[in-house]
Amino acid sequence: MIPELGHFSAFLGLMSAVGIALFGFFGANQHRASWVDMSIRLTKVQVAVLALSFLLLILAFLEDDFSVLYVANNSNTALPWYYKIAGVWGAHEGSFLLWTLVTAVWTVLVATRARHIPLKLHGYVLGTLGVLSFMFLAFLLFSSNPFERLVPNVPIQGADLNPVLQDIGQIIHPPMLYIGYVGFGVTFAFGIAALATGKIDSAWARWVRPWVNVAWLFLTIGIVLGSWWAYYELGWGGWWFWDPVENASFMPWLAGTALIHSLSATEKRGAFKNWTILLTFLTFTLVLMGAFLVRSGVLSSVHAFAVDPQRGLILLTIFILVAGGSLVLYAFRAHTLNTQVQYWGVSRELLLLINNALLVVALFTILLGTLYPLGHEWFVGGEEKLSVGEPYFNAMFVPIMLLLSFALAIAPISRWKHTPMRLVLNVLIFLGGSAVVALLLPWILADGVHLGVSCAVALAIWIIVTHAIACYRQRKALTLGFIGMSVAHVGFAIAVIGVAVVSVYTESKDARLEIGESIEVSGTQFELVSVQQTESQNFIGERARFDFGFQQSLYPERRYYPIREQITHEAAIAPGIFKDRYITFAGPMDDNTWGVQIQNKPFQRWIWFGAVVAGIAALIAMLDKRYRRLSQRDLETKYPE
Amino acid sequence: MKSHRRRKLTIIIFLFVGSLTTVLISIFALQHYIDHFYSPEEIVNGEVPLKGTIRAGGMVKPDSLVYDSTGLGVQFDITDLTGATVRVHYEGILPSLFREGQGTIVHGNLNEKGLFIAKRIRAKHDESYVPPELEGLIEYDDS
Repeated sequence: MIPELGHFSAFLGLMSAVGIALFGFFGANQHRASWVDMSIRLTKVQVAVLALSFLLLILAFLEDDFSVLYVANNSNTALPWYYKIAGVWGAHEGSFLLWTLVTAVWTVLVATRARHIPLKLHGYVLGTLGVLSFMFLAFLLFSSNPFERLVPNVPIQGADLNPVLQDIGQIIHPPMLYIGYVGFGVTFAFGIAALATGKIDSAWARWVRPWVNVAWLFLTIGIVLGSWWAYYELGWGGWWFWDPVENASFMPWLAGTALIHSLSATEKRGAFKNWTILLTFLTFTLVLMGAFLVRSGVLSSVHAFAVDPQRGLILLTIFILVAGGSLVLYAFRAHTLNTQVQYWGVSRELLLLINNALLVVALFTILLGTLYPLGHEWFVGGEEKLSVGEPYFNAMFVPIMLLLSFALAIAPISRWKHTPMRLVLNVLIFLGGSAVVALLLPWILADGVHLGVSCAVALAIWIIVTHAIACYRQRKALTLGFIGMSVAHVGFAIAVIGVAVVSVYTESKDARLEIGESIEVSGTQFELVSVQQTESQNFIGERARFDFGFQQSLYPERRYYPIREQITHEAAIAPGIFKDRYITFAGPMDDNTWGVQIQNKPFQRWIWFGAVVAGIAALIAMLDKRYRRLSQRDLETKYPE
Repeated sequence: MKSHRRRKLTIIIFLFVGSLTTVLISIFALQHYIDHFYSPEEIVNGEVPLKGTIRAGGMVKPDSLVYDSTGLGVQFDITDLTGATVRVHYEGILPSLFREGQGTIVHGNLNEKGLFIAKRIRAKHDESYVPPELEGLIEYDDS
């Protein structure tokens, strides 16, 4: 009964989505508050029924109800309860149910927390979200039903959750990512609503900005968690692979970052209106494209879900409807937006324009690299199969980011309309100082000088210095918005340092050791002290002990999961501010030797720390008083009803 | 009005030249960094250039896995449905999901003796997932 109830609940969610869309659109169109009110009420119904549906699927996992196909494929009685719950979003169907629930949560938040915006705008936003929700739920119910029964052959035992997914990373990484993805659905809806009402001004930008920031925060955290998870779980110490699925999450992030910057110009100067609208569309379109790439199996990736052509077709249809529909609307309504803004020289508008141009160029080079193999297969055909390697992405992306860093360092002293040349020259002086520090760094690391790393570090230090000085000079009139901007840019600089240093100065050694033997990596001796057998509910394995430095030990493990006959390497990591020690244990090579890989990874943590700092900055900027103080005034002066 | 139009024209020209340059640079870079995929059959037939990185894939032949007597070096055979076999050498720890009798994709280059020197071995994330490259090359059971 429970699975049927869950399925029925999801169906009720679909019905509510229809209501939200109809009442939202017609309420806005006919200007009827009671209809928009109905739409708001239905968002609460929708979130309740989808939460129920989701809870019932969790219940089916906890109860080991293997009559449900999805549970049988992704769980097992031996699985600890928290991985049973995480197993709910361990594969396609359940993770998409979570996706629809997240959509419903965003929708109800927009419905209840954005009551201060004009009725028309609110109605169109809710209507759009209702349509998105409808499409997602229809896809879920008609092609990816997680409640499908496996009768009459109910297995006694489930196939287990993939051991690689039995990790804290699986518990938090996907939900964060989905919250971020669907959050850009909210900004998409605001974009559609702006075109529908024909009014996009600084008030509109102020209403959207907090939503963009939250979505961006979650997407950032989601990507960081994924990178951190891959780093320790896959056992190789890699933190970014330019894998198609990683790119699928990174492209909306780049577009979202561009959107945040473009919105600032739209809010403060009424500039880039058309472009801002297009970015809201682009970001969410990329989210849907990502969903299509990951869930249709067209791409070869370590992350991809199992293949099902029918699902791919439906997702492609949703993608085309959303991308095409929004562009058609834009084509008909864009003339209602007009931008006449003057700026010259090194103005803040120009810097934001450069930012957006570089981010979008970076995005399209990644898009090209990701889709090229597919395009080749479809248009050229034949047996030949291609893949685009990491070197391509590095060669394209790194120079663009260095250019971006340059523009970014000037950002804090720039003024709207026009920046006096004197200020720009002042800032350039600091670049010299930063370069000296950057050249000293290799000596601190006791390693050779690498020109690229020195350039990147010099730019990063320069960014930190110019933002610190700008904040100090403005200390009497510092807004949360300015602090947020500065903190985000400093976070970016920290991440740049981390990426540059760890990419070049990582040292890795493979060895085969006997008990008591040691190996030197980056000046530290690592001794294999002992190897012990380990056992748990659902795996057996060997655990090694390595001693190094001053009474420090690491315990890397190799596990064998008998249910799926799968091996995993549980790397042991000694994290540090300036370096990570990373040991992977390969298990026995012959009777008395053991395989091991030991890595020294300087500044590894800086990458994620920088990204998290930038995420927090988005939160700081969102709390700026003007979003609340001005919204009432805007409503009274600009939208008298 | 005139200056407004000129401004618009400048923007359009700038956008056009900018995007054209980007696309040209990207395609140039792509030419350099594309890895082609070859099946064991194609490798055995000598269709593979000796220069540059390629990818190859197939089933890891059961009982073919041999560890070197020193170091972390390992050798194994990959094979496809035609029975063509290529010997692969890899220096390092094999990925978690690597198993004899299962599909794998290796990155690296072919040396003069026909030995494939793998620099990277790709693990699968989900065992019911078949990489598109391996479709038709090996058999998968659905159980």
